[in-house]
Amino acid sequence: MNAQAIPAREAGYNFAYLDEQTKRMIRRALLKAVAIPGYQVPFGGREMPLPYGWGTGGMQLTAAILGADDVLKVIDQGADDTTNAVSIRRFFARTAGVATTERTPEATVIQTRHRIPETPLAAGQIMVYQVPIPEPLRFIEPSETETRTMHALGDYGVMHVKLYEDIATFGHIATSYAYPVTVDGRYVMDPSPIPKFDNPKLDRSPALMLFGAGREKRLYAVPPYTRVISLDFEDHPFQIQQWEQCCAICGSGDSYLDELIVDDAGTKQFVCSDTDYCAQRAQPQESRP
Amino acid sequence: MSAAEQLLPAASTGTEPLFAVRDLTRLYGPDKGCQGVSFDLYPGEVLGIVGESGSGKSTLLSLLCGRCPPDRGTVLYRDAAGDWLDLYAASEAERRTLLRTEWGFVEQNPRDGLRMGVSAGANIGERLMAQGVRHYGQLRAAGLDWLRQVEIDPARIDDLPRTFSGGMQQRLQIARNLVSSPKLVFMDEPTGGLDVSVQARLLDLLRGLVRELDLAVVIVTHDLAVARLLADRLMVMRRSRVVESGLTDQILDDPQHPYTQLLVSSVLQP
Amino acid sequence: MYVAVKGGEQAIDNAHALLAKKRRGDTGIAELGVEQIRQQLPLAVARVMSEGSLYDEELAALAIKQAAGDLVEAIFLLRAYRTTLPRLAESLPLNTGAMQLSRRISATFKDVPGDQLLGPTFDYTHRLLDFALLAEGERPGPPVDENTTLSNCPRVLGLLGEEGLMTPEIDRGEPVPDLTREPLELPASRAERLQALARGDEGFLLALGYSTQRGYGRNHPFAGEIRIGTAEVWIEPQELGFPVCLGEIELTECEMVNQFVGESAEQAQFTRGYGLAFGYAERKAMGMALVDRALRAGEYGEEVQGPAQQEEFVLMHCDNVEAAGFVSHLKLPHYVDFQSELELIRKLRQPQAEQTEADAETPAKEKRA
Repeated sequence: MNAQAIPAREAGYNFAYLDEQTKRMIRRALLKAVAIPGYQVPFGGREMPLPYGWGTGGMQLTAAILGADDVLKVIDQGADDTTNAVSIRRFFARTAGVATTERTPEATVIQTRHRIPETPLAAGQIMVYQVPIPEPLRFIEPSETETRTMHALGDYGVMHVKLYEDIATFGHIATSYAYPVTVDGRYVMDPSPIPKFDNPKLDRSPALMLFGAGREKRLYAVPPYTRVISLDFEDHPFQIQQWEQCCAICGSGDSYLDELIVDDAGTKQFVCSDTDYCAQRAQPQESRP
Repeated sequence: MSAAEQLLPAASTGTEPLFAVRDLTRLYGPDKGCQGVSFDLYPGEVLGIVGESGSGKSTLLSLLCGRCPPDRGTVLYRDAAGDWLDLYAASEAERRTLLRTEWGFVEQNPRDGLRMGVSAGANIGERLMAQGVRHYGQLRAAGLDWLRQVEIDPARIDDLPRTFSGGMQQRLQIARNLVSSPKLVFMDEPTGGLDVSVQARLLDLLRGLVRELDLAVVIVTHDLAVARLLADRLMVMRRSRVVESGLTDQILDDPQHPYTQLLVSSVLQP
Repeated sequence: MYVAVKGGEQAIDNAHALLAKKRRGDTGIAELGVEQIRQQLPLAVARVMSEGSLYDEELAALAIKQAAGDLVEAIFLLRAYRTTLPRLAESLPLNTGAMQLSRRISATFKDVPGDQLLGPTFDYTHRLLDFALLAEGERPGPPVDENTTLSNCPRVLGLLGEEGLMTPEIDRGEPVPDLTREPLELPASRAERLQALARGDEGFLLALGYSTQRGYGRNHPFAGEIRIGTAEVWIEPQELGFPVCLGEIELTECEMVNQFVGESAEQAQFTRGYGLAFGYAERKAMGMALVDRALRAGEYGEEVQGPAQQEEFVLMHCDNVEAAGFVSHLKLPHYVDFQSELELIRKLRQPQAEQTEADAETPAKEKRA
């Protein structure tokens, strides 16, 4: 599947919806975010024509960095065909007239909610994450004034208190998504609600990672090849999810699987959450005699 | 640093003080707050600050531990490396680090000093984690060890503090502070909320730990019995000023200042 | 294959077509005109303009029509439109003291210079359904005397202020940040707080204001003055060097007189809570004034006891577009994260024996499970 045909851009709105002043403001904030990996930069978030919580932060970042030659991929839950992914992809096709794709290697900008593609990212690609709550310390400290001080002073002991408590109660670290990481040995960061399965893909990735929280008006970044370490204990090391099953479609044994309940008797089937990865793997298999 | 050195007492005795306070002043109104307080504290020494409520002892304690900047005066601390640190010239980061490593603070109400939402073990381990201990087994071992040291059944390591009695909560708070091997601990009426029999047990425990760990302590109390049991030296405060200071026995047995005499006699003849 | 949650463009298009049909209702009934909404639902229009932060009655009426009467949705529509507009100039401070009043009441004095003016109000109406309206009967208003002129109506709290009984509001000449352009940073200035409250949800502010009356941060309010009317908007373009009037807007202003503060009995002064909203919006302005005063607890050295006094709590949660968005996003698929939780909970429920040996030396640990 090649890049889809470029649709006509809708007149009446600026390229990629936001006005140039706003985009400039966001790009300045992004430069700061890249310069201080993992640091949450406040920015003058705008109202978008989609509701808060539906990806307005990611959309503003995408709008700010998108150029006419870019090829955009949008995924939600790893899939290109989920309604919200369709809706956002269509929004940029209409307002920016850029080419869109479902193929991970073809995309220059990938906006995502909750997943990182299974296909390894390359240098020059940009991931844009939709972030609901950017503050990893929020669950233990509701006050923004205090969490900003804690970040400034690197006062992160409480993060391990939570992990300790998990192990004491459950025998395991009981955080399975939005699993906190340390970026470049300095800032503790929420990698957005990706499953912890995807955390290792953040570490020293050749792609640029941008995170946007529209409602909270914060953005942050992980530059290419930056160390991203998931918090853990030496004797309870970070582990990712594993499945006993393989994908029912492509047979993959190392991708993140969605569980489907396929009949009234509760029969389960597991398939790749990354639809593009799955389709690419399935293709050659089907063409075999 | 040179300013600090000028203020320091001459190190003639061989041991240097751990903590040096000069002309510490913070006033909220005429004679409200505290003013002109100076003293030295040596490693392993327990200083009691006594006086009635409103005398300024709580203000003094917050000034000493870095919670409230003074109008004037200095607080100097000799850190583990032997360098003198000017508390209010230091950065917020340095102060916070000090407060969770070489210093401790035991609140009158254990709810203010504990994390009530996490287990006893997590409460004890927090300082170690903040200092970078990343081994669950070690944290666990430290938790069990410290529960034993403060006479709490180690089997309760995973229980939440709210399931503990007031006396146990206070002992847990002490364990949470002492786990990082602090050199200096501030205590604000640590036995204040407890009934008499529980108080006695806690005081015994504190006295043992202070001797064993060679802790320097600044303890604020209105209870002269607590002061007599724990403190090597006393400062008596009244209306924002220190009116008398000296060895505990000397002050309690032979008070010089009329106010101290009143204080002592009111205890002896209730 | 069975993939219920995945949908395509077609599903979205169909959903939108169904929505349009639902909005239109029975096509046998005449379609509602935007001008009808503007003229006949002016209080709904006022709320959408206030919380949408845009004074445009026609667009607000359009938004109400498009949102099928869902005011929070209409507010969102107006906000999303507003955000695309360039900011051309800042107005001079409104002179609400010189408003052309249609209503003006004070609960603190029986008689005030300029008099009380009841104006159009639901107050004192008996809430009986008016079946004449059901029969589409017209009810003519009172005859208007074209020659009536209102006397000068100085602000009630201004009169108290002249006596030195109100804590003065001092203009420190600080730049006024624009919440719609700059992120809210906490602690916030009063200007930012008032902006956030002005955009805040009426129901939220009403409930918080009410909570202060019931004791969660009591501040003993009196409705010092509520005035509704039109005020002129002036700007002073740099290139002109003198102010020009752009037109007038309808406003509701509420000033609460609250409990006094002061170092001593001689210095005791009343305090003030302030509320301002576009259009005829009395409930909103009163709720805002109560919450504004509650948020000044720190300024007056009051103990923070109630939610209405907690700045972060109020400011971070008063915006209904943010709140509605984040609550509604729960409808989006979360099956990747839920899958993570499923995997975890199944792992946790496996027999203890399969767990790692790291805790072997520590006592059993089911106590809190």
